Amino acid sequence: MTTEIVATNQTILVVGGGISGMTAAIEAAECGKQVILLEKNPSIGGRVAQLYKYFPKLCFPTCGMEINTRRIKMNRNVRVVTMAEVTKVTGKKGDYSVEINISPRYVNENCTACGDCSNAVSGEFANEHNYGLNKRKGAYLPFAMAYPQRYVLDPAMIGTDDAAKAKEACKYNAIDLEMQAQTLQLKVGAIIWATGWQPYDANKIRPYAYDRNPNVITSVELERMMDPFGPTGGKILRPSDGKEAKDIAFIQCAGSRDHNYLKHCSRICCMASLKQTTYLRERYGNEGKATVYYIDIRAIDRFEDFYLKVRKDDNINFIKSKVANITLDKETGNPVLNGVNTEGYHRYSNPHELVVLAVGMQPSVDFANLSIDISVNEHGFIEADEESGMFAAGCAADALDVNRAVQSATASTLRAIQVINQLSAAEA
Amino acid sequence: MTATEKYRNNFLQEVIANVEEGEWVRMCMQCGVCSGSCPLGPHWEHPPQEIFMMIRANKRQEVLSSSSMWYCTSCYNCIARCPRGLPITHIMHGLAHYGRKLGVAPKELPTIKFSMLFWENLVQKGRVNELKLGLRLYFMNGFMNGIKTALKMQKIGLGMFLTKRMTPMEMLGGHGCKDAKGLQAILKKAQQIEDAKTVKQG
Ligand SMILES: Cc1cc2nc3c(=O)[nH]c(=O)nc-3n(C[C@H](O)[C@H](O)[C@H](O)COP(=O)(O)OP(=O)(O)OC[C@H]3O[C@@H](n4cnc5c(N)ncnc54)[C@H](O)[C@@H]3O)c2cc1C
Repeated sequence: MTTEIVATNQTILVVGGGISGMTAAIEAAECGKQVILLEKNPSIGGRVAQLYKYFPKLCFPTCGMEINTRRIKMNRNVRVVTMAEVTKVTGKKGDYSVEINISPRYVNENCTACGDCSNAVSGEFANEHNYGLNKRKGAYLPFAMAYPQRYVLDPAMIGTDDAAKAKEACKYNAIDLEMQAQTLQLKVGAIIWATGWQPYDANKIRPYAYDRNPNVITSVELERMMDPFGPTGGKILRPSDGKEAKDIAFIQCAGSRDHNYLKHCSRICCMASLKQTTYLRERYGNEGKATVYYIDIRAIDRFEDFYLKVRKDDNINFIKSKVANITLDKETGNPVLNGVNTEGYHRYSNPHELVVLAVGMQPSVDFANLSIDISVNEHGFIEADEESGMFAAGCAADALDVNRAVQSATASTLRAIQVINQLSAAEA
Repeated sequence: MTATEKYRNNFLQEVIANVEEGEWVRMCMQCGVCSGSCPLGPHWEHPPQEIFMMIRANKRQEVLSSSSMWYCTSCYNCIARCPRGLPITHIMHGLAHYGRKLGVAPKELPTIKFSMLFWENLVQKGRVNELKLGLRLYFMNGFMNGIKTALKMQKIGLGMFLTKRMTPMEMLGGHGCKDAKGLQAILKKAQQIEDAKTVKQG
């Protein structure tokens, strides 16, 4: 089976199916433009699908995602292609040739997401959706809300007994073990890069002992733990002994604003940690205790109200200090945070049951080293270029929260539509 | 109003003008990683982060007469960790040096005494005479203390002698660089330039 995709220089290509790419695709399609939405994962949704709740309203992201997925599903102008990556772009504004690579899913559109294949197999792999906190089967649905609602076979399974078992278990003839990788050439008029971000590698911050102390975790991992359908069933469990952690420290600027790591301010981590402190009250009521170690809290505009509300909670402490290093209390397994408090210059060594590193955001694609003519700033985010028909949306452009990512996506869509309209005007 | 008086109202400007790497003091964001990473941290009167804030708060006398900077052992942990890349070790030495030049540094600190002994020893021949320096150090705090230290260190001394790490012959003059007189002239000139700079700006 091969994928057929129709595209012309009137088509807008959106690369990346996170909240920004989905928004860009929907906006353009609802304006009547032809859109192709490429996603490298088996499902669209991006990082937002991995969050438990959204700041500032503390609602569940699944709700907004569902609305967006529905709008994409309903709109005939959008073509979603998953497991696809761009490998080459040539040409110019209004006339691009794009080479894309599609990896085999080994499951075709007959799939009803019944899950029989998954039940039939035994091999397990690290679960990417949960940042490796647990395992998933070799035949799997990426997550409950995945779109398309179609299973995937892990490529490592191909050629094993498990693969044969999966095929046998499928009543709908949806499993195709012969599926091959494909390379396609597309013509498009404009490209929107919405490839988003990835968490900064916490292992690089050596003094914080992320690799040495199991009770030091990252902010993205905590989001997964809070999910009732997540790796811990919604409980905040210490990786070392599986006990519930009720006294949790948050370390801000873990990898951000630091010339040894990421020089830029990742901007969302203050709000992300403030949000996560509220998870403690949600889970434990008065028994939960959070301590935020910070350089300065950057909760701008209307987010300041959120910050002030959190500040009023007596169970949430703020210590103005960038933690110097984390040691281990062997007896309890507690991480011990060492540093000096800027307010009074007092030295501290504070044990906590669990430490959450508010890791920085970095671009998920290293554009500078791709053979694509696109300009990036010193932090690797895409920079606006007057001459180009390529635009950045969301976290491909800067470290942004969802609200600002979506604004950025809408702005880029408008620019892409302008390119297409100018083209049709010239051809008419 | 003399130039110095003018600067006394603005210690930060004075530091920027006269202290090695002093312009970096402006860049400190008060995160505290330097203070937390310093192996001698608990012994400081004021950790580096606080020193930077005191400079900006115009606490001239407290900073220059502080013993803090003299605790720096040049381990460079603070420079390696500082998120903004401040050359903290160099600033600490710069401040210590400036305080001493103005005659306001504390007098009785062992690190100051050692620095002076080291310097006097070094400029004589352009090479450090470890035997003489070691002995001067033993007797730094009086004759009896010196004898006690010498007896305590006996074994190490003997070991160094046996492994040819030190020779008693160093007592007689000792080794040096090719042109010690020339080196001294260079240092003298450098001192003159240095003094002229401070007078002009300070
Ligand atoms: C701990 C934490 C908590 C947060 N909480 C909140 C919150 O409560 N509220 C809020 O507003 N914001 C929050 N954010 C920020 C939020 O996650 C981002 O604003 C949002 O994910 C940005 O969406 P995006 O579409 O730009 O990027 P992404 O979500 O990263 O989506 C990018 C998509 O592109 C795909 N992709 C990447 N590379 C390629 C490629 N080469 N080819 C094809 N596809 C590719 C990815 O697979 C992904 O699906 C939080 C961030 C963190 C770190």
